Amino acid sequence: MTAITRPGLAPAPTAPAPVTVAGPVTQARVVRAELTKLRGLRSTWWCALTAVVLIVGLGAIIAGSGTPYHVSPGNTAAAGASGALLGVLFAQLVVGVVGVLAFSGEYGTGMIRATLAVVPARLPVLWAKLIVLAGLVLPVTMLCAFAGFFAATAIESSRGGSAITLTDPGVLRTVIGSSLYLTVVVIIGLALGALLRKTAAGLSAFAAVFFVLPIVTEALPHAITGFAPYLPSNAGGELWGLSVTSAHALSPWTGFAVLCGYAVVLTAAAAWRLRRRDA
Amino acid sequence: MIEIDGLTKRYGDKTAVDGLSFVVQPGVVTGFLGPNGAGKSTTMRMIAGLDRPTSGTVRVNGKHYPHAAAPMAELGILLDARSVHPGLSARNNLLALARTAGIGRRRVDEVIDLAGLAEVAGTRAGGFSLGMGQRLGVAAALLGQPQTVVLDEPVNGLDPDGVRWIRLLLKSLAAEGRTVLVSSHLMSEMAQTATQLIVLGRGQLIAESTVEDFTARATTSAVLVRTPETVRLGQLLAAPGITVMNDGTDLLRVSGTTAEQIGAAAWRAHLPVYELTPTHASLEEAFMQVTQDSIEYHAGATR
Repeated sequence: MTAITRPGLAPAPTAPAPVTVAGPVTQARVVRAELTKLRGLRSTWWCALTAVVLIVGLGAIIAGSGTPYHVSPGNTAAAGASGALLGVLFAQLVVGVVGVLAFSGEYGTGMIRATLAVVPARLPVLWAKLIVLAGLVLPVTMLCAFAGFFAATAIESSRGGSAITLTDPGVLRTVIGSSLYLTVVVIIGLALGALLRKTAAGLSAFAAVFFVLPIVTEALPHAITGFAPYLPSNAGGELWGLSVTSAHALSPWTGFAVLCGYAVVLTAAAAWRLRRRDA
Repeated sequence: MIEIDGLTKRYGDKTAVDGLSFVVQPGVVTGFLGPNGAGKSTTMRMIAGLDRPTSGTVRVNGKHYPHAAAPMAELGILLDARSVHPGLSARNNLLALARTAGIGRRRVDEVIDLAGLAEVAGTRAGGFSLGMGQRLGVAAALLGQPQTVVLDEPVNGLDPDGVRWIRLLLKSLAAEGRTVLVSSHLMSEMAQTATQLIVLGRGQLIAESTVEDFTARATTSAVLVRTPETVRLGQLLAAPGITVMNDGTDLLRVSGTTAEQIGAAAWRAHLPVYELTPTHASLEEAFMQVTQDSIEYHAGATR
């Protein structure tokens, strides 16, 4: 052993490289790793259950109480579908929390150091979390949206309200749109968690943007609230019919594109910060 | 092999690591020694690519670690701070890391057994004691059978059984031809496991040598001489390479020569000597002496 460091002597014959079980890091493998984390955490299951109850349950409760919904020129079938999916408005908080925690939870516990030490390229971790979360939220909320829609409309029509179907104008877009909306919301939450790193900061930022700002701007004079339709929740809300803003300035898909724009910009910023900053 | 060249890390105006250069060879256990705040952990974080050096380079097995194709085959690391998710079971914590390199459940169970965690593998890591958390961290570092293993204070919080386990583990890893860098602020712990030493103080390299050389060089053997003729005997002994210290009493502290030579010299000059005691500084004292100037936080310092 000393021969290695003693000058003048031939270096000790190098031992064959030790055996290893570790293969190269691939994006697919990092996705599997993130899936393992997400599946192993209790909070994931609680949040998923809460979202299901909110989306399906709240719509059914509303449909079962109050005056039955009647489609008329002022009350479109699409608006009726939106009403059946009112729970999405609350489910977005749960979805946002899941998104924020996916990163802030790792920074808070220190697991991020282990994660980034085995994936030193770092960005695959962000993409994997994005894929896993979107891959969880999209199908789950899509199922919930359809289940909620069918349950609520069945209750409505049994109580003498109009029978709203998926073929009515704008209805299918509303049902699918509510799920697409929540999928983009989880990505925004994820990006906020990666950017701010602290759970409290990430959740505050999310709540401020999605709950406080839209309500506050409604209370402000119209002269200074021209940006209101462009707030993420208002813009995205156009797709599934529920946005707090009174000025519906954007078409459904334009609004959704604006929401996606926020997600892209925030994710890009998160990627930049993840690459550049010390873990 | 770990090659560090001119490594510097500044946080604001505070320099944590200052122009560090050293090489960690495979096949032996290398101790990474230094008082708290010397920059050991920061250096290890830069080895793992978690912190970006302000300047200088780190190479792990000849490569820039963040660009490694199979990182877990190159480097396994245990960091000083906890890096597990308390909400995940020990097994899921390990499995999540293993998945990134395509490592299967069988290897995960293997390191769980190796670390003595079989009975608690299914429970959430949040309830683990410091020692169990440490075992989990070591298990994570070994998962990929990496060519280079870096452990920051692995014996922290371990019971005597765990300490013995770590010692044997480090030696067997080195015997397999792996590079092993293990930090500690306890010299005595290093003396039992390490062959090579890298000593840090205030972010700078103080020594890079074998444990043997370090001990020989740093442990100053001195001879205590009690005599009423401190001044005359001191003058008599004075020579290049010999230091004589006197604290004003009748005691001389002589280093650089032997008790035999002092006794003979005193006898020839007819100077009375009442006591002649060879002393050896312990390894711990040697370490303290070497790092003294560099200890950043003196206990009880009120300056």
